[in-house]
Formats: sequence, C-alpha cells, structure tokens
Amino acid sequence: MSKFSKKNGKATPAISTASLPDIIFMLLFFFMVATVMRDSSLKINVATPDATELTKIKDKSLVNNIYIGRPTTQYQNLYGTSPMLQLNDKLVSKGNVENEIPLFLEKHKLKVPEGRHGAITSSLKVDGDVTMGIVQDLKTALRKSGQLKINYSARQRSEG
Amino acid sequence: MAKSILNARKSMGINASSMADIAFLLLIFFLVTATILQDKGILVQLPVWQEDSIIDTGKVKKRNLFIVKLNANDNLMVRGKVTKVEDLKEQAKAFIWNPLQDEALSETPAKAIISLQHDRSTSYEKYIQVYNELKAAYSELWTELSMQLYGIPYDEGMELAMKREIRREIPFIISEAEPTDFEQEKF
Repeated sequence: MSKFSKKNGKATPAISTASLPDIIFMLLFFFMVATVMRDSSLKINVATPDATELTKIKDKSLVNNIYIGRPTTQYQNLYGTSPMLQLNDKLVSKGNVENEIPLFLEKHKLKVPEGRHGAITSSLKVDGDVTMGIVQDLKTALRKSGQLKINYSARQRSEG
Repeated sequence: MAKSILNARKSMGINASSMADIAFLLLIFFLVTATILQDKGILVQLPVWQEDSIIDTGKVKKRNLFIVKLNANDNLMVRGKVTKVEDLKEQAKAFIWNPLQDEALSETPAKAIISLQHDRSTSYEKYIQVYNELKAAYSELWTELSMQLYGIPYDEGMELAMKREIRREIPFIISEAEPTDFEQEKF
C-alpha cells in the first residue's frame, strides 16, 4: 500500500503543452505573411488554356506577369467588356499597350540585379476566349522593348 | 458537499491541447497552397524587332515550308488542306523528319521551316492548341533522336553538349508572320 503512495509522490509532472499552440501560431503567421499568393488582385477574368508541352518557371523574381482578359462584372461599368491588359494594378486598354509596356518592364527591371536582366521572362496569362489581336499587339510591344523571352502560361492538360 | 465544489472548480480551465492540432492544420494548408501556385507555360523566344521584318519565303524551297494557317473562325489549314488539330502533330513530325526522303517533305530537319499564320480574330485558345501541337511534334522528335544517340529521353535539364547536338540536328524553327486582319475583332 505504501509503495503506491510513494510512486505517486515521485511522479514528474507532464510537460506543459500550453505554449505549443503559440509556437505553431507564430509559424503560421510567418508563412501567411511570407507567401505571396498573387502580387495583385485581378480585375479581369483569366482562365488560361490547357496544354501539354509545359516548362516550369523556376525563379519567380525574374518573372513579370502580364494578364489579359475581360473585366470582371464588378469593373464592367468602368471599363466595358472588351479584353484588357492588367499590369500590376492597372488596367490598360488596347490603344495604350505600346506606351505602357516599356514603363512596366523598366519598373520590373529595377528590382532585378543588372547581371540577370537577360534572364527576365514575361509570363503571359491570357484568357482562352480572347482573340489574338490584343495578344499580337502585346507581343509587338514586347519585341520593340527588347523583351523577347515570353511564356504562354497554361495549365497542365490531363491525358486521356 | 465541499468536495464536489472543489472538483467543479478544478475542471474550469479549457483544454487547449487540441489547439495545436488546429493550428497545425492551418499551417499545413498554407504550406501546401504556397507551393501549388507554380507558374507553368509554353516558353517562347520572340524574334528581335525589325522595322521591315518580311521573311522572303521565295528563297525557301516549297518542300521545306510547312504552312499552318488559322483563320478568323478558328479553322485550321495545313499546306493547303483543312486539317484537324489532332492530326497536326503527326503531319508535322512526318514533315520535319521525313525518314523516307519524300519529295514533298523537308530535305533535312535543319532546313524545315514551320510557318504559322493567324488572324487577329483567331481565339487565343486555338492558337495555343496549335502551338502546343507543333512544339509536341518537335519534342517527340528530340526524344526519338536522343534515345537513338544517347539512350536517354530528351529533357531540358540534360547535359548541354548533348542538348546542343540534338538541337543542331533538329532546330526549332517556327516563323510567325504578321497576322491578317480580315474582320472586326469579336468582343
């Protein structure tokens, strides 16, 4: 009888896990802040087409994203329904592509070290329903600005 | 009586041990969503801008030219014949490689030129489909050649010397003409 009581007295208290949630929450907040989901909220609808011959883009800091699509219903009163470009937060109509693209590219170049300017890729995220006219204007503008590496962003098509 | 009050007071604290599990779930969710959003796409090298970038197709022999046309209604025409997108890859492969030295197909893969022409009203989706098929034709040929020469499949990350040799044998030449503008763009 005395044996049992002795044991009870000696038992070390369990390690307190009360601070564990705090530690995990700290990690959680770190990841929430550190992960950049999308650099700017989209004001246009973009559903990229499917393809099979895809290349992964490795270094995200060397990529600038250009979106093309029709404005979402929220912005249709303001911009109409014809396809537009989105550069960062700005919507650009077809007529202004030539003027806005060089500016946009230069802004992005400032963030990239000079030695790596040649490796900059423009990722074109274009809605499948858009006609080639606006894409062609964009390509011409990119070529004129010397931005020749481009990427037609697409989703992986499941086989079969 | 006194004992029961004591017991009730003891159980007042909320059990926080499951909080860690909830936090873990959230953490894992954010970790997973952060890696999923990887950008993938078809990499293209655009030609340098020239004021008068007219390619003189007159100099290229007709047998070395593979003209792919997409019109405003998304119809596909390959070498003067209406074709389905599904058949494009096989036709392009046959044209580029030409193992039987057919008089109508390219002399050598290095001389083969694929000319892609489209209209301003062609839909982007169709254009990407066609471009994807043409790229697939080349990458399948690269893989075949790579298996023949080195016994390994072609891969962007393979040794540079091997890659260069394959690309020298079968270079990727797609010429894109300025698009035609037959009708008003569909908005």
